[in-house]
Amino acid sequence: MIKLFSLKQQKKDGESAPRVGNQKKASAAQLRITKDINELNLPKTCSTEFPDPDDLLTFKLIICPDEGFYRGGKFAFSFKAGPNYPHEPPKVKCETQVYHPNIDLEGNVCLNILREDWKPVLTVNSIVYGLQYLFLEPNPEDPLNKEAAEVLQNNRRLFEQNVQKAMRGGYVGSVFFERCLK
Amino acid sequence: MDIGNETLGNQDHLQRRWSHLRKLLERSGPFCHPDFEPSAEILNFVMSSCKVLVIGAGGLGCELLKNLALMGFREIHVIDMDTIDLSNLNRQFLFRIKDIGKPKADVAAEFINARIPGCKVTPHYSKIQDFDEEFYRQFHIIVSGLDSIVARRWMNGMILSLLSYNEGELDQSTLIPMVDGGTEGFKGNARVILPGISACIECTLDLFPPQVTYPLCTIANTPRLPEHCIEYVKLIQWGKENPFDCPIDGDDPNHINWIYEKAQERARQFNIGGLTFRLVHGVVKNIIPAVASTNAVIAASCATEVFKLASSCCLPLNNYMVFNDVDGIYTYTYEAEKNPDCLACSNNVKTLDVKDGNMKLQELIDSLCENPSYQMKSPGITTVIDGKNKTLYLPLIKSIEERTRENLKKTLNELGLKNGSQLIVADVTNPNTIIFSLRMPKENDMVVE
Ligand SMILES: [Zn+2]
Repeated sequence: MIKLFSLKQQKKDGESAPRVGNQKKASAAQLRITKDINELNLPKTCSTEFPDPDDLLTFKLIICPDEGFYRGGKFAFSFKAGPNYPHEPPKVKCETQVYHPNIDLEGNVCLNILREDWKPVLTVNSIVYGLQYLFLEPNPEDPLNKEAAEVLQNNRRLFEQNVQKAMRGGYVGSVFFERCLK
Repeated sequence: MDIGNETLGNQDHLQRRWSHLRKLLERSGPFCHPDFEPSAEILNFVMSSCKVLVIGAGGLGCELLKNLALMGFREIHVIDMDTIDLSNLNRQFLFRIKDIGKPKADVAAEFINARIPGCKVTPHYSKIQDFDEEFYRQFHIIVSGLDSIVARRWMNGMILSLLSYNEGELDQSTLIPMVDGGTEGFKGNARVILPGISACIECTLDLFPPQVTYPLCTIANTPRLPEHCIEYVKLIQWGKENPFDCPIDGDDPNHINWIYEKAQERARQFNIGGLTFRLVHGVVKNIIPAVASTNAVIAASCATEVFKLASSCCLPLNNYMVFNDVDGIYTYTYEAEKNPDCLACSNNVKTLDVKDGNMKLQELIDSLCENPSYQMKSPGITTVIDGKNKTLYLPLIKSIEERTRENLKKTLNELGLKNGSQLIVADVTNPNTIIFSLRMPKENDMVVE
């Protein structure tokens, strides 16, 4: 048992003037992201870009799928981990316009671990694998882009053609996609 | 009137005032800890030496200050960065209409000091981050009633950084227990954290309820609840239409109105009822209504724990109590386990001796690889300089390696590292990041040498 009153009766009456915070210490989010980044084990189709090497909380992930519908494309995602990481997931947006059932034209991504299924034990690496999987297995059951999902469900050939068209740069229906071939 | 008599009368009054506490502290009993030694000294300690820091002067804070002051604690400090708002007054009972706009800490301290003779509450109208180790070290116990997880995690990091070890043994005089209370509507919890000994905030990060989130595709395609409609406007429509050319401000009535109207349209489209302005405001601002009775229960439990820790008259809560009065009353206490891989508390800061500030970063990395007790392979190192994160070298991430490679040739001085600077080191040989505190000989020491 810790006996505070016997341990610390001699405790000094430390001067209690407020000071400009000593900010030598890294935040818990910083500790955790350092570990996440240093342990990143990227599949060969992925790479990262850090606009500011001192800010490990903000970076881009580039995915160049080498199989599936999106083979040959190049897709950029922005990652931003906040001060409450890993209690809250990083914010992830797709910066490349993509014709994809689970990614809308504003770059919102429907991936369960980015929202409702996020847990602090998950890491940046888990998200990377999740995103890579979205390109291999687009899921028409959970659509964000409903039109793309319907096409994928009803006519895989047409879906494949639409993806190609969008990646080469051009219109799919009334929506213009910028070229994103590698 | 005879002054002597009056003094005597006062003393008598004081004797009776604390008689209930004395029954606990000056007698033994079946619920006492076996090591407890009753003595009159303990009450003396509680009343004249024990310094308690209360973090937050809101719903929990008002309750805590009142409880602690009435329990005999006299050396109390309180930190709060907020000012009083009309909506606080229903439960933050130390505040009145005339106090609106004033700092919570100041008004709370003034009220307690005027109401409870002998009690001396010192207010700090600031953020917890404005104070350093020196400030926090003066307290015997810290009790927090915060509504933010970021702030809790910061406090947790602070009390852990105060610990010191002698040859791997924790120096108990550096340990400051933290009693942490939290409430959300009709749910609450109280916990006791003995930093370095029991589970800390980071060990149990999973226990904090995540923000309510709905799957994005449900929000976009198959909304069923009014909340889905509000989230849709907030997450998708706002970004598309950008009605005010700025991010959403939950305190701007124009913003809330716009979201309300758009969400109503969407709710009509999907035949969803129950969408009100109040709900929109609540969802956008993430408001969970505060319940005065929950605050009272949790604060009472926390104050009891502070008293137990200060007096050692009883074993403290071990270590996590949940309370729920949504439907009847439910409480449950269990021992939250320390996570052996916890990034915050499993690795105490290690001291790294370097010969002087002229050492190059490359030499420091070599020494981490050659040092028999570390034998690292390819350590990545970051640090914090003047409050800003700085990446010194990360060998495994190509884009960062290229841009930090030149740091290897720089000296520690050139990189801004000083005696006491902390290095955060991650390496494949260790499941955790290791924190090193640099120790350089002082300049005069070098002269002696
Ligand atoms: Zn811990």
